[in-house]
Amino acid sequence: MSAWKSIAKEAFTQTCLVAKFLGFLHLTNNYLFSPTLVYGPSMLPTLNLTGDVLLVEHVSHRFKKVGPGDVVLVRSPLDPTKMVTKRIVGMEGDQINFLPDPSITDICRTIMVPKGHIWIQGDNMHASCDSRHYGPVPYGLVQGKLFFRVTVYSFTPLFNVYVWPPSGFGSFDQ
Amino acid sequence: MGSGSLLWNLTKKYLTAGVIGLTITDRFASIVPVRGGSMSPTFNPRTNTGLGSLDDRVLIEKFCLAKYKFSHGDVVVFRKEGVNSGFWVGVLLVGKSISVILRRYAGHDRSGFELELGQDNSPSDHKQKLIKRIIGLPGDWIGTPQNDVIKIPEGHCWVEGDNPVSSMDSRTFGPIPLGLVHGRATTIVWPPQRICQVEKRIPRDRVSLSA
Repeated sequence: MSAWKSIAKEAFTQTCLVAKFLGFLHLTNNYLFSPTLVYGPSMLPTLNLTGDVLLVEHVSHRFKKVGPGDVVLVRSPLDPTKMVTKRIVGMEGDQINFLPDPSITDICRTIMVPKGHIWIQGDNMHASCDSRHYGPVPYGLVQGKLFFRVTVYSFTPLFNVYVWPPSGFGSFDQ
Repeated sequence: MGSGSLLWNLTKKYLTAGVIGLTITDRFASIVPVRGGSMSPTFNPRTNTGLGSLDDRVLIEKFCLAKYKFSHGDVVVFRKEGVNSGFWVGVLLVGKSISVILRRYAGHDRSGFELELGQDNSPSDHKQKLIKRIIGLPGDWIGTPQNDVIKIPEGHCWVEGDNPVSSMDSRTFGPIPLGLVHGRATTIVWPPQRICQVEKRIPRDRVSLSA
């Protein structure tokens, strides 16, 4: 009987330990910072086409401390299972001038960002699906602000993989 | 020395419990009170009792957020505008009260304690959670109060309260992105005489479903 008791006690202790670990992991990942992999052409001068590992912090957007110029991680309004990385161009109440389709015309349109919304755009205006297509996005979709790049590898055309020295290591400008 | 380590152990225990609780409420399920009468036949059928304790408590499950798959008639919780700041408002309040207490002990500041806390204690504008029923999903055609018919864009949904008289919903602010949804209400858990499942209801006349 006492053997069962000790086994149950041991199992309980181990479960507690695992739960504690997962809890702290969740706290760090969702409320402090988390790594993310970003790829695609839409932020091209700033971020790589082939993929960048970036650190995202989840503190400042909860205090409404993000502003124009910050690169943010946003849950895509078109597909809620996807995340997109864009730069904030305007906050609520700002007047935005934008080109709806720069490859065809250069007619400029002006819009005012409504309350509780932000205007996001990719740095590469020719290959980016952003607020110019789906309009201002609610602030509640912002998931975090990118603050540090940890790209430790870079591909060359000959498929040599340079692991070190890190090519794009550091924070980026606004 | 002994009391100090006792205090530390207690703090550690509470901190761990809080972290695990936060994980569970964020990932699996949580219980939220429903305020107001915008969902009136389903939640809070008698709104003008004037007693806060009679608000319905609703179990919110978060498993639907893995795929963001919802069906017509689901009751969902979403954030209209603003941020997920409940945790950080708490941290801010604790930090602020500690600093106020320290300053009072140091004798620098003898002004009101409540006054200073009150400034941060107004999360209504940036933590506004609404609970509504999904009427239309992406691709559906729906009639708006302005007497025209719109197609709900990709990744969005149309939400309405069950009580059309006093409800702020998609009829005032239009379709909302599904990414704002934070969970689905499944069960009323409190008060005890009202424990029941939240049933799906689809008003057939309002919406033409996509294939």
